[in-house]
Amino acid sequence: MVKSILLVGVGGQGTILASKLLTTGLMEAGYDVKMSEIHGMSQRGGSVSSQVRYGEKVESAVIELGGADILVAFEKMEALRWLEFLKPGGKVVINNYEISPISILSGKIDYPQGIIEEISEKVDTVVIDAAGHAKDMGNSKVMNVILLGATIKSMGLDHIDWEKIIEGNVKQQFVDINKKAFKCGANLV
Amino acid sequence: MKKLLTGNEAVAQGAYEAGVKYASAYPGTPSTEILENIAKYTEDILAEWATNEKVALESAMGASVAGARSMAAMKHVGVNVAADPLFTISYTGINAGMVIVTADEPGQYSSQNEQDNRNYAKFAKIPMLEPSDSQESKDMIKTAFEIGETYDTPVLVRMTTRVCHSKGIVHCCERKEVQIKDYKKDVMKYVCVPAVSKRLRVKVEERMQKLSDFSDVTELNYFEWNDKKIGVIASGAAFTFAKEVFGDSVSYLKLGFTNPLPAEKIREFAGNVDKIYVIEENDPYIEEQVRILGFDCFGKNLFPSYGELTSDVIRKSVFGEANKTIEYDRKKVVPRPPTLCVGCPHRGFFYQLGKRKDIIVSGDIGCYTLGFAEPYNAVDLTICMGAGASMGHGAQQVFDMKKDSGKRVVSVMGDSTFFHTGINSLINVSYNRSNAVTVILDNRVTGMTGHQDNPGTGYTLQGKKTVELNIEKLVRAIGIENVVQINPNDLTSVKAALDWALSLDEPSVIITRWPCVLKKLSLQDKEEFKEIFQDKYSIDQNKCTGCKVCIKTGCPAISFDNAAKKATIDLEQCVGCSVCFQVCPVGAIGKVGT
Ligand SMILES: Cc1ncc(C[n+]2csc(CCOP(=O)(O)OP(=O)(O)O)c2C)c(N)n1
Ligand code: SF4
Repeated sequence: MVKSILLVGVGGQGTILASKLLTTGLMEAGYDVKMSEIHGMSQRGGSVSSQVRYGEKVESAVIELGGADILVAFEKMEALRWLEFLKPGGKVVINNYEISPISILSGKIDYPQGIIEEISEKVDTVVIDAAGHAKDMGNSKVMNVILLGATIKSMGLDHIDWEKIIEGNVKQQFVDINKKAFKCGANLV
Repeated sequence: MKKLLTGNEAVAQGAYEAGVKYASAYPGTPSTEILENIAKYTEDILAEWATNEKVALESAMGASVAGARSMAAMKHVGVNVAADPLFTISYTGINAGMVIVTADEPGQYSSQNEQDNRNYAKFAKIPMLEPSDSQESKDMIKTAFEIGETYDTPVLVRMTTRVCHSKGIVHCCERKEVQIKDYKKDVMKYVCVPAVSKRLRVKVEERMQKLSDFSDVTELNYFEWNDKKIGVIASGAAFTFAKEVFGDSVSYLKLGFTNPLPAEKIREFAGNVDKIYVIEENDPYIEEQVRILGFDCFGKNLFPSYGELTSDVIRKSVFGEANKTIEYDRKKVVPRPPTLCVGCPHRGFFYQLGKRKDIIVSGDIGCYTLGFAEPYNAVDLTICMGAGASMGHGAQQVFDMKKDSGKRVVSVMGDSTFFHTGINSLINVSYNRSNAVTVILDNRVTGMTGHQDNPGTGYTLQGKKTVELNIEKLVRAIGIENVVQINPNDLTSVKAALDWALSLDEPSVIITRWPCVLKKLSLQDKEEFKEIFQDKYSIDQNKCTGCKVCIKTGCPAISFDNAAKKATIDLEQCVGCSVCFQVCPVGAIGKVGT
């Protein structure tokens, strides 16, 4: 069985590191893994996605419409943008965090209301405050690894030694805080 | 050793293992990371950013002639720039192996068009390989060198965005050193005067015939026999998408070597299956060959000719519908278009330019293309790299034919674009003396593609210090005397420069010089731009009248609260460019801490 994890967010939110840790862990656990990232304009505040697929043998790196087992949104509205990629019956993890595009910043329109309600009515939804927890830990950048922890727990991938993966892929001085962030995220699910 | 690599990283690994000694490229999504990764092998491979793709290809060809395995990489439109040498090195052939990687963009994630460069292989008569994933990307690069050296030809490797930017597990090997071959003078091979070319032309046909036979025997083209009611012929990423949809329920002819196509294998496959689907992105390249061989098939009559053929698209084409999805209110999703970064040096310039009436802005390709969008609405034309100043010149010449048209053209280009092909266009402006205003937005880096060095930055791809070309001196040297250099964050000088240039009746150039906020500043940058990124600005809520003038700068660090009718600056994001400070009509914006 091939499983599909879709990580979405806004450029600069650290989806790339999260997917790197995720795919490395999956590979070391013996899965076949493929991952696709479209990041052409990501640095200029665009929507970004990392698509991770794993199993015994993976053909395509791309998750199709209605194909993701889990959708992890690093930003609230992105959850809704990518919802059509979720399998009916799949899970959604939403970071309760807003980043406004320019049309909203400029006051032309408002940030859409009722996103979490819209989603949780339809699918199994977990809302977490990764930004708040990251702030409490003293480094707002670890939001991504908190979300990774939540993803791993939701997908039942706890048997992999994620601490070792973090040690091998994160700069020495950030290893401890990332381990803490990972645990925090796993406990939120 | 097993590694998770993107297709681009795998190409670099393949080049390393194949003993490549020289590689050259001009950046362009989705190909950029190929050279960035090759550059890491500092001991074994000389990797360079060329000024443009034609130069990259020619440099790689020179390296091959001199005896080293070489490579050139570019995005799909880069091959247009490099097409001239491509068609003739097909005639000469090579000395040591030479591989050209083209990275095409079905789906146009960050490109101005969706051309299918497989046509180039056919058109230029050179062999082509098409990997489907990272492992194949690495393997095919190595194979490409062997094919090229066996048949005395450059080889094209065609990737697409999904192959370039997807990761997969790759089994990596050691590098196999390949000695630099001796150079032998051979005018009958390398000097393409008509008398020589005519003979080489015959050789090209003989070579293609031999490669045709090769295509039928190579394992790069293989069958996967399952049920024979349906047979799928596919290549590249489309093969993986098709497998995802059909699994083991259909038979496959997977094509990895796609110029020339394997006629015998296609015949054999067609003779064994009831119905053929040709699943390929963009043009009916394989389909046409299948039809020429006399077989009916489902191709572009069933699958779209544009965009990616991802599994959902295939499903919809074949079965009438994609997988079930969750229904929801899409109106709640607001678009998130790319914007100029907080502190982008292009902002101040476009803020001022957008206010001008009666000008036509002939744009070019780079981050500054975003000047076309809200709130600047300041660009009229964007076609391809280097086109800004030349189209601007032509337009100005015609506007000036009408008496009192009053229309003036301002052409814009970035520093990297200037060195790429923009300089040719500017020489044309100078030579033919139109009074078009040309602006070179020098943000000290090739920004759009991820901040690469270029001839103006003083460093090479592999981090060596080199000469730093002086744009102002170059512009003067090509015969344009009216040149000013300004700081684009200073709105008064931007306005003054535009007023001055538009008052002239001969060519003029404005150079804006300030670093991109995302550039990793060099020592020289730090010296030159001492005050950079040190201040932050905030808005005095008591003084703010809610006029929204600062919002018109389009800075993503400024937001407007409709309820309170006040603007605020996100201090975490502000880098102190001061553009908003300069536009606020009531002086509500000030430096933090003063
Ligand atoms: C022929 C061609 N090669 C490469 C590209 C990819 N590309 C788009 S913009 C750009 C660089 C622009 O750099 P610069 O002109 O310095 O502007 P900046 O983005 O820094 O503002 C490149 C290489 C392209 N579109 N066309
Ligand atoms: S990357 Fe640099 S040039 Fe591009 S928008 Fe950002 S600041 Fe401007």
